[in-house]
Amino acid sequence: MRTYRSYLPDIMADLSDRQKYGARRFMRNLWQARWLLAVAVAALFCVQFFAGMPFMVLPAAIVALLLAAGISGDATGDGEQSRAAAEAGELQSLSAENLAAAVTDPLIVFDDNASIIHANAAAIAAFGDLRAGMSLQLKFRAPEMQVLIDAALAGGGSPSADFIDKLPVERVYRVTASAVGHGSRLHVLLFKDQSEARRIDRMRADFIANASHEMRTPLASIAGFIETLRGPARNDPAAREQFLHIMQNQTGRMARLIDDMLSLSRLEMKPYLKPGARVDVKQVVESVVDSLGPLAKENNLVIERDFADGPMEVPGDRDELYQVFENLLENACKYGQDGDRVVVSIARTDKAPQPGIEVTVRDFGPGIPEEHIPRVTERFYRIDSETAQSRKGTGLGLAIVKHILTRHHGRLSIQSELGKGSAFTVYLPAN
Amino acid sequence: MQSLHIVSAYDEELKYLSKRIAAMGGHAERMVEQSVLALVNADPDLARKVVEDDAILDQGQREVDDKAILLIGKRQPMATDLREVIGVIRISADLERVGDLAKNVAKRVASVGDNSMQPASLYRGLEALADLALTQLKEVLDVYASRSVETIGFVRDRDDQIDAMYTSLFRELLTYMMEDPRNITPCTHLLFCAKNIERIGDHATNIAETIYFIVTGEQMPVERPKGDKTDRIVIPAR
Ligand SMILES: Nc1ncnc2c1ncn2[C@@H]1O[C@H](COP(=O)(O)OP(=O)(O)O)[C@@H](O)[C@H]1O
Ligand SMILES: [Mg+2]
Repeated sequence: MRTYRSYLPDIMADLSDRQKYGARRFMRNLWQARWLLAVAVAALFCVQFFAGMPFMVLPAAIVALLLAAGISGDATGDGEQSRAAAEAGELQSLSAENLAAAVTDPLIVFDDNASIIHANAAAIAAFGDLRAGMSLQLKFRAPEMQVLIDAALAGGGSPSADFIDKLPVERVYRVTASAVGHGSRLHVLLFKDQSEARRIDRMRADFIANASHEMRTPLASIAGFIETLRGPARNDPAAREQFLHIMQNQTGRMARLIDDMLSLSRLEMKPYLKPGARVDVKQVVESVVDSLGPLAKENNLVIERDFADGPMEVPGDRDELYQVFENLLENACKYGQDGDRVVVSIARTDKAPQPGIEVTVRDFGPGIPEEHIPRVTERFYRIDSETAQSRKGTGLGLAIVKHILTRHHGRLSIQSELGKGSAFTVYLPAN
Repeated sequence: MQSLHIVSAYDEELKYLSKRIAAMGGHAERMVEQSVLALVNADPDLARKVVEDDAILDQGQREVDDKAILLIGKRQPMATDLREVIGVIRISADLERVGDLAKNVAKRVASVGDNSMQPASLYRGLEALADLALTQLKEVLDVYASRSVETIGFVRDRDDQIDAMYTSLFRELLTYMMEDPRNITPCTHLLFCAKNIERIGDHATNIAETIYFIVTGEQMPVERPKGDKTDRIVIPAR
């Protein structure tokens, strides 16, 4: 888009700078050659005096001499200068990028036109596509960022702002813009992550709100049974046994609620994965299948495996992916009771957006009504919470699955047909 | 020299326009975010701020329109350049509508009143719907920055997800209204809020179509063939 013409003002500014610089250098060279020059001028006078040179020649000769001294010095100066510049250039091109890469906070270098020159790996991990030449103002559209970038381009000081990015996970940054060196056309944006403190506050508030809300029902039910046991049912051993059994289920559910709420909070506390680790999906799924064998048996189900050949590795966190497949398979065993089997399949896929691994957990139970499918990953969402199977549930299992997959840049798709069963498919990018 | 000069001034004007679009986009995203937050937290102060902020988008659209029309008259752009200017006019109109819809959600905060009267699952559903619409808007505007229209296929998928989510919320709201007539007033307002958010997603899709047109000169492929209904419902992790 940018034409030669639009570069011109920059080049002109550059040129006039160079001219000023050149003049300064000329004076410096003259000063350095001052003794030599004095001798030469004296010599000229001598020559004129003795040889009777025409009068006009003398000033011209002096001017020529001065010029020569200034320029010759200039030439040697230029040599040094350009060597130094070459070295500095090498250092710059080599180490500026390395330096940016070594910074663990997101960092973006941009020019006078707010075009991105370079974004380090942390910036790309945090904000996605930041290719060189992209307009910074088109990418960082939040009002506070627009103000900050304008201030940086206007020059003067190091403006900063609090930038809140809501999606895909909420992050809060303290962003500072500063010019690189003096009179350079480059600027740097540095993002300091402040999300942690905010997340702790939020987690506490959420936890309290959810706990008080979700615990109320089982607590009320337990309190009711205690009352009955102390009153009307005091001398009824059969009723007592039954009520104690229900109470035990309720306390069990409360314990599970606390566990699930804690693990969701813990996930929310650290929205990024540790980079670098790779996980063998097949091996993780295998161990989940093993550990859920007893539950399947209890529900008269067989778990069938349909694994493609070859290694199936993805970047990710083993424990978290274990939790994903455990929650899905547990649901399949719990809600797919009417079927006689559950099928777990693993396959490679080349489908968009990039090659990856797909794990599908399929059951042959009642299925999920269409209108509930988009909702089941919401926290505490349970369909028909009065059935025996879901009474034990917390409604947090799929919310946890969704959260973990977000961190893995993966996705969950759900296919279900009433009366035929459901299939939950996890896609994980291979790179 | 003269023609080069014209090209440069034209570039500068176009660049200014897309910068204005980005700023409008940023304001629209923020308004949607805050209107839903105001609704979920029953926060009348935040709602009032959103209503006031709408003026920024109205003004932005007027300015973009004026500048774009002036530019067309003065420079008489052709082909790609003309598409770019027309595109800017269309996008700013969509963003202005997004602002109106967010403002409308904010205006209903007072009428919905005490949010503890309705089940929490309703608000979680609205939040999930808003997240989908906002993600759509954000990713579409990101494509405006990167021009990588080859990735724009995500728009259709998410459009379907937004529809499915809206339908589900609609049914849930109807259920509450039938359960208890006292729910009718607040739930009607919430129904309109859900509808507004769904339409914000539609405007984001329009913007995607415009961007596709700017970059390729062609219409965005309408719809991939649909298989059975169930496989359209994808809950994205992102
Ligand atoms: N395989 C399945 N078949 C039918 N319904 C399911 C299945 N998996 C999940 N569900 C529904 O989705 C809801 C949410 O699931 P989840 O988040 O795992 O919570 P929980 O299992 O603790 O209730 C469940 O209550 C159930 O109604
Ligand atoms: Mg579960």
